[in-house]
Amino acid sequence: MRWRDSALLIVILLAAWQLLYFAVGDVALSSPARTFQAAARMLGDARFWPHTRETLLAFCQAFAIALAIGLAIGLTLGASRLTGEVAEPLLVALYSIPKVTLYPVILLVFGIGMPAKVAFGAIHGIVPISLFAMNAIRDISPVHLRTARVLRLSPSETATKILLRAALPEIVTGIRVGFSLTLIGTLLGEMFGAQRGLGFLLMQAMSLHEMERIMSLTLLLVIFAATVNAGLLALERRLSPSAGLSDGPLARG
Amino acid sequence: MSKADLIRLAVIVFLTGMLEALCRTGIIPTITAIPPSAMVEALFKILASGKFNQDIAVTLRNVSVAITAAMLVGIVLGTLLQSLPAVRRIFDPLFATYYAVPMYAFYPLLIVVLGLGDLPQIAIGFLLAVVAVLLNTLNGLDRVPPVLLKTAQVHRLGLIRTALKVRLPFAAPYIFTGFKLAVAYSFIGVIGAEFITSNRGIGYEIAFAYNNFDNRVMYPMILLVLMVVITVNMSLHHWEKRLMERRLR
Amino acid sequence: MHVSLRGVTRVYGARAGQPEAHALGPIDLDLERGEFFSVVGPSGCGKSTLLDVMAGLARPSAGECTFEGRRVEGEVPDGIGVVFQEDASFPWLTVRDNIAFGLRQAGRLDSEIQAQTLYALEFMGLKDFANAYPAQLSGGMRQRVCIARTLVLKPRLILLDEPFGALDQQTRLLMGDELLRLWRETGATILLITHAIDEATMLADRVGVMSARPGCFLEIVSTGWQKERDSTVVSSEAFGRLTSRIWTRLRVESLRSLGHVDQ
Repeated sequence: MRWRDSALLIVILLAAWQLLYFAVGDVALSSPARTFQAAARMLGDARFWPHTRETLLAFCQAFAIALAIGLAIGLTLGASRLTGEVAEPLLVALYSIPKVTLYPVILLVFGIGMPAKVAFGAIHGIVPISLFAMNAIRDISPVHLRTARVLRLSPSETATKILLRAALPEIVTGIRVGFSLTLIGTLLGEMFGAQRGLGFLLMQAMSLHEMERIMSLTLLLVIFAATVNAGLLALERRLSPSAGLSDGPLARG
Repeated sequence: MSKADLIRLAVIVFLTGMLEALCRTGIIPTITAIPPSAMVEALFKILASGKFNQDIAVTLRNVSVAITAAMLVGIVLGTLLQSLPAVRRIFDPLFATYYAVPMYAFYPLLIVVLGLGDLPQIAIGFLLAVVAVLLNTLNGLDRVPPVLLKTAQVHRLGLIRTALKVRLPFAAPYIFTGFKLAVAYSFIGVIGAEFITSNRGIGYEIAFAYNNFDNRVMYPMILLVLMVVITVNMSLHHWEKRLMERRLR
Repeated sequence: MHVSLRGVTRVYGARAGQPEAHALGPIDLDLERGEFFSVVGPSGCGKSTLLDVMAGLARPSAGECTFEGRRVEGEVPDGIGVVFQEDASFPWLTVRDNIAFGLRQAGRLDSEIQAQTLYALEFMGLKDFANAYPAQLSGGMRQRVCIARTLVLKPRLILLDEPFGALDQQTRLLMGDELLRLWRETGATILLITHAIDEATMLADRVGVMSARPGCFLEIVSTGWQKERDSTVVSSEAFGRLTSRIWTRLRVESLRSLGHVDQ
């Protein structure tokens, strides 16, 4: 059932794209057919892959850092009621600021290059991961804790067997959101003041007014992001049936 | 002020103090960062001189346009979709994936299509915000209790008046959540876009100042953006809570 | 006849995974203008469905329902008011605006709206709460708001679906008295659905006893009360006889609806 709907959606989007192309013409858009061809060609082009590697490298490092720091912050802050109460407005405020305005600061601290990109991507991911993880712990029903005591579990057993399982779905939601945002952050970092990477390629294509290039790059990025997100969403649904269907990153708090 | 509020304030004061000390003692060199006190001072001077008033006005105007457009389109489409469940089901995966896609990747495309004026930035702000409004409108409309719809029937209201007089008023607090998000996203979209490529606006000025090693302009402007965004978002957040409380249902 | 039902049946068609469900009927019923009629029956017998059909909120699968000589089908006719079991007050409007809602939608003049709203507020004892929001009121008061909102439109037929279901016993008795007062004041025909036998017997001119699903009228009992009655009738001998007669009839049906074999 779901597959049919998704296929229909893709058909609708492609049709809309095609119609838009008919309306606007070659100058402003590239047709779906041409774009897909260009994308395929790009994937086969040897010069494309170094940039992809650069972006992926930056992204993976950024995501790893975001995961580590985000989970660490979130889980510890969520453990105590007071720290959670103190931290939440701070995290929510951090969530809503246009982090791109902090990019110059990061460039000044890390200098231009990979470390800055990684840091920039990481700060995009840290906030949602920690926010969701923190709330996941805070939302654990007291009933679970009481059950653990009745069953006479040790603190570490309580943590791993009960607390983690109860909090897992929401933590995974945070990781999913963090993934997307880290990717966005990494790309964004490359769009400004970088010399390599997919973001840089995008900006280069824009300045050279190469429609086909712009659109095929965008297409590849969209496909990549959407596919991974769909995969993580499926994982989330396995863990908890009512998991994040339609909440955007800022939907909480 | 609760205990949590006090601790939070203390943390912020402490961190700011640390930053100030590190800057003043030269551990953080001026080419990297200027002390917070200097930032505030420079900000006042800049605002007083009116040098960047035009940029500020442009950014605020673009953000407002993006928000308004997002609210109008989001609410109308949301209301429409809610009454067409089959169509809604088809677009569900789109909404679920929407915020995972790097919207900024469309920015070059928008620039080529819409030109180098303000439109691409407004467009990005709009694109980021509109789905949040739509989803929250859907959420609110989903929650209308059937008994209220029956009441509308008994009052013989018809489809449009039911939507305007019963469904949307009920969903209003949830739509307000959408508004809160639209504001946040519009700021992020517009300022981010200005930063990447534009020729005016606060984001542009920050990027310009950075490229010219002008920390005395860059940091105050960053501070201004942060202050405006945080203040606006927090007030909306507070307001939202009050609205929800009044309902209690 | 003010309201007439002939052979009214309602069947829910077969849907995914669920067989066809015969929910109501066939029902034959005549209501005289100004009569107070109550319906009692076991849970799930279709009482609410009956109300939906009479109000025009649902179409009968067979048979027809007429109100003031005209057929009721698919849409709610003018002159009918409904009070539901769940709280139907609008949380975003004050009590006053809730009550004025119907009048505003009908496009009446401001002066008339004010006058009628004030009257309803006083009649239902809500004058002190005119500017409060429903969320600030108790369940009983919210129901009064809903009743006031219905009353202000001067309906000629008032349908109530377990309106006091969510309230405690004492409040129910008092609300019953208020309902009688309303009935005498407006002269409207009233159909009250309830699962409480004493409430049905105390308030109505006639009590329709419904069978288990699919609901049909097993018996219609005349109470013979005077128009000027109130909750004190519960202490009369006749009351005891009537309720016992109704319960005897109903007990079998209730057991059946719960799945027990005929006793």
